[in-house]
Amino acid sequence: MFSRAYRMVITVPPVAWVAVFLLIPYLLMFCYSFWSVSSTQSIVHSWNFDNYRKLLEKPVYWETLLRSMWIAARVMLFSLFLGYPLAYFMSFYAGRRKDLLYQLVIIPLWVSYLVRAYAWKTILGSDGVLNTSMQYLHLTRHPLEFLLYSPFAVVLTLTHIYTPFAFLPIYAALEHIPRNLVEASHDLGATPAQTFWHVIFPLSIPGVVAGATFAFVLSLGDFLAPLLLGGPSGIMISNIVVSLFGAAYNWPLGAAISLGMLLLVLCLLFLSEKLEKKWSFA
Amino acid sequence: MAATTPSAIDSVSSAAKPTLLSIRAVAKTFGRNVVLRNISLEIAEGEFLTILGESGSGKTTLLRIIAGFESATSGEVWMGAERLDRKPPYRRRVNTVFQHYALFPHLSVEENVGYGLRVAKRPAAEIAERVAQALEKVRMTAYAKSKPSKISGGQQQRVALARALVNRPQMLLLDEPLSALDANLRRQMQVELKSLQREVGIAFVFVTHDQEEAMVMSDRIALLRSGELEQVATPRDIYSFPATAYAAQFIGHTNLLKGEIRAGMAECNGLRWKTSLPDGPALFSLRPEHIRTGDSGASSSIRVRGRVVHQAFHGATELIRVDCGGLVLTVRTANRIEPDKEIALEFTATDAVPVRESPERT
Repeated sequence: MFSRAYRMVITVPPVAWVAVFLLIPYLLMFCYSFWSVSSTQSIVHSWNFDNYRKLLEKPVYWETLLRSMWIAARVMLFSLFLGYPLAYFMSFYAGRRKDLLYQLVIIPLWVSYLVRAYAWKTILGSDGVLNTSMQYLHLTRHPLEFLLYSPFAVVLTLTHIYTPFAFLPIYAALEHIPRNLVEASHDLGATPAQTFWHVIFPLSIPGVVAGATFAFVLSLGDFLAPLLLGGPSGIMISNIVVSLFGAAYNWPLGAAISLGMLLLVLCLLFLSEKLEKKWSFA
Repeated sequence: MAATTPSAIDSVSSAAKPTLLSIRAVAKTFGRNVVLRNISLEIAEGEFLTILGESGSGKTTLLRIIAGFESATSGEVWMGAERLDRKPPYRRRVNTVFQHYALFPHLSVEENVGYGLRVAKRPAAEIAERVAQALEKVRMTAYAKSKPSKISGGQQQRVALARALVNRPQMLLLDEPLSALDANLRRQMQVELKSLQREVGIAFVFVTHDQEEAMVMSDRIALLRSGELEQVATPRDIYSFPATAYAAQFIGHTNLLKGEIRAGMAECNGLRWKTSLPDGPALFSLRPEHIRTGDSGASSSIRVRGRVVHQAFHGATELIRVDCGGLVLTVRTANRIEPDKEIALEFTATDAVPVRESPERT
């Protein structure tokens, strides 16, 4: 239908883009992960599994990975608990205010990530908004130290940042539920609560899975929130990768961790795809 | 003619069985838009009542008010001694078959049918038994485990019916349930639905825009026009004695003759006949099959001549349009008529049924 030349013109640029900016860097990373660093701080191109062995043997790496997953899991749960009711309310009860509310949810996404992370710093700090007002109200005598530079601060900030990402697919799934199914359920004698559990929730599962995946995967790879608000106890796996590629100058180990993360995330995406398919009935 | 006025027949037929549902002066407005005006209607137990109307006539809104998905702006709906219009839909003993069936896509056919019993927390054994019976009744037993997306439109239709009937409602509401089916299946389902209704014996309130469907299936037809009831009567009565010009035109074909009555004589478009109606302007409906071609010589006939201008073959009969000098009459005939020919027509005065004008409504 289209000429050969036309097909070339439209397919070559994206393929070239993916090759140059995605495949080649990944390939390089893959190679690096089997190399090592000499005592004189230069990369030695000798193939071995030392980096991967280090990952499994040194507790700091897998413990940080587990902690990162635990933080991501909490962010995911809180984002779902905040995002689902909001999406449900907006989709079924907001009426004419729907569009306005939708914009209100979206607007924070236009604000720089850094600004939002810093905002929490000024709120949670020892002379931050929260602590000074609690002391002013005589709720506490001394500033609460656990608020900032802790996993708590990281989870809170990431939840704030990624809740819209959990909200959007859930909202889209709820909006796609034909309203006559809800009417049919009421018609057959189901109360609003029964209708929610038997009809609305099952049909929104693909949205929940997509939202949960967004929140988990995005938080898992985050390094700015732990950097700014995490403190020593809130370090996440990406911070280690950043330092390995930076000050520590151990690209091979950094590449090995990155590839491990990539594998983990691909497994998660595969799983979530399966789940979404299982629960969609288009 | 006085013995067979439509109102006399109506009261006889509706008095035969006790009233199940009573709609009293129901009105509905959406903002400034008046959708229903002063609707009063009684539905008897076991009756098949069709709410017939064009799109936008308010027929679906009326059904949704009975089901509880809309609330009436004013008026009341009663079922026996129970006031229905203040109850949420899940507390009403009516069930609905939706226009596009609204089967739950994540549940199998049997889970769909058992839904009402499950939320009513019936014992599992009872649910299984009643679902099996209901599926058998609509001949869908073989598809019990299928998902709705895997069965055809006609089958989905039957599942929707089973899902509603398994709850043994006092009344079944059907919102244009056949409109998504093709013509053949549709005719077949009309017959099936009607016999199913006779068998289960519960009242059906059936909404359609298709007058033929309404005629074939209903015990009574409630004809709705622009949010007001135009006429409520049996199919036979509404056809033979349409109350208004709109009713006469909407149900079947008709000729409207407009004229005047003076001193016992009706005069319309140059035709004159004796009548007992009072003086004044008059409008008559004359069905095409009541106009005969040829001249029988009977003294009671009103005669007119005209030229055939259009013919439409309908199988057993033919509808022809005859221009009688300004007045164009539609005539149903089984005879073969030559095109363009001048022919003689005649009809009997009593076949011209007086109807009221149907003024424009906004």
